[in-house]
Amino acid sequence: MGRLRAIGVWAALIGAMVVPLIVALQSPLLAWRDTIYIGAGFAGIIAMGGLLIQPLFIGGRLPGTTPFTGRRFHQIVGLCLVIAIVLHVGGLLITSPPDVIDVLLFRSPTPFAIWGVLAMWAMFATAILAALRRPLKFRPKVWRLAHTGLAGIIVIGTVLHAFLIEGTMGAWSKTALAACVVAAAGKVIWDRKAWRRVQADQRQA
Amino acid sequence: MPTSLTTRRTFLATTGATLAMPALMIPASAQGLAPTSTMRGGSNNYRPGAPIVERIGGGGFWMTGTVRRAGDGAPLEGQRIQMWAHTTEGHERDAHSHGATLTNVNGEFRLEMPQIVPAFGQPHGHLAYDSGDFETVFLRPVMESASDTTLHVAFVLQPV
Repeated sequence: MGRLRAIGVWAALIGAMVVPLIVALQSPLLAWRDTIYIGAGFAGIIAMGGLLIQPLFIGGRLPGTTPFTGRRFHQIVGLCLVIAIVLHVGGLLITSPPDVIDVLLFRSPTPFAIWGVLAMWAMFATAILAALRRPLKFRPKVWRLAHTGLAGIIVIGTVLHAFLIEGTMGAWSKTALAACVVAAAGKVIWDRKAWRRVQADQRQA
Repeated sequence: MPTSLTTRRTFLATTGATLAMPALMIPASAQGLAPTSTMRGGSNNYRPGAPIVERIGGGGFWMTGTVRRAGDGAPLEGQRIQMWAHTTEGHERDAHSHGATLTNVNGEFRLEMPQIVPAFGQPHGHLAYDSGDFETVFLRPVMESASDTTLHVAFVLQPV
């Protein structure tokens, strides 16, 4: 029973991440794009899929992971997300430099770009904070609140970004993945209640 | 029962409306036609001096529009309008995605180009007026639907 449940959970997760990629691979738009532009787009779709599994590793909800391995996977996936976003933005920058410069300077005419760039900076900030966490000895409550807040911005920014784009992703698979990403992050954030544990820390102090 | 149709209330309402009328009519009057402003991102991937062509690539999509003078709204003949887009035949940055045409005596232009396809999240075109007799304008209209096969654009140019 436990094994069946584990297989079911992993199959559902992998399906939710892979089906949007398969649907996007059928997009007619691909015929009119060069390799770098296509690669940039898919780096974005892969990153959105990664956002689904990312909070689940740390929430201890994935069959076959322990708190230790879950944390390790969370760090590895986090690094992969940063790399995917660099490839996403870098590929778009090569495809159309002025459009991406407008986005980075918050003067793009397209609203989805603002959400994407917001999520990108939140993700970079998360990676920097994670790297500095030990050397700078952040207090746990500072770390938890900052990390949870940034994670929320990443999830909301990414989902709005993807939603408003008319691109290679299919409408249904995009909606389903977006719902899964929001549900997974929301559940883990709610369960861990970083804000309440802050109050507990304060009471102890 | 008052027999007169003019009560104090209707008097105030009609006088107020009459006084307000000249102000309401100004936008429609001769001096009112405001110039078109450049849109954000309009000049992205612009290539100065795109050639005047019969058609961009294989065609199939019509970019149409009007060019009028700010203020009196007079149609402007012989004005050079440049256009480019991400189409079925190339990226915005490609030289062969760019072309220009001239307005006719009625200030209208139309140029056939390949089908515009969504790029950078929206199906959109780029147009420019940059010949110098009027203020330069860059536009970036977005199509209502990616399946549209025409896009209409109105320029109102400000004399320099």
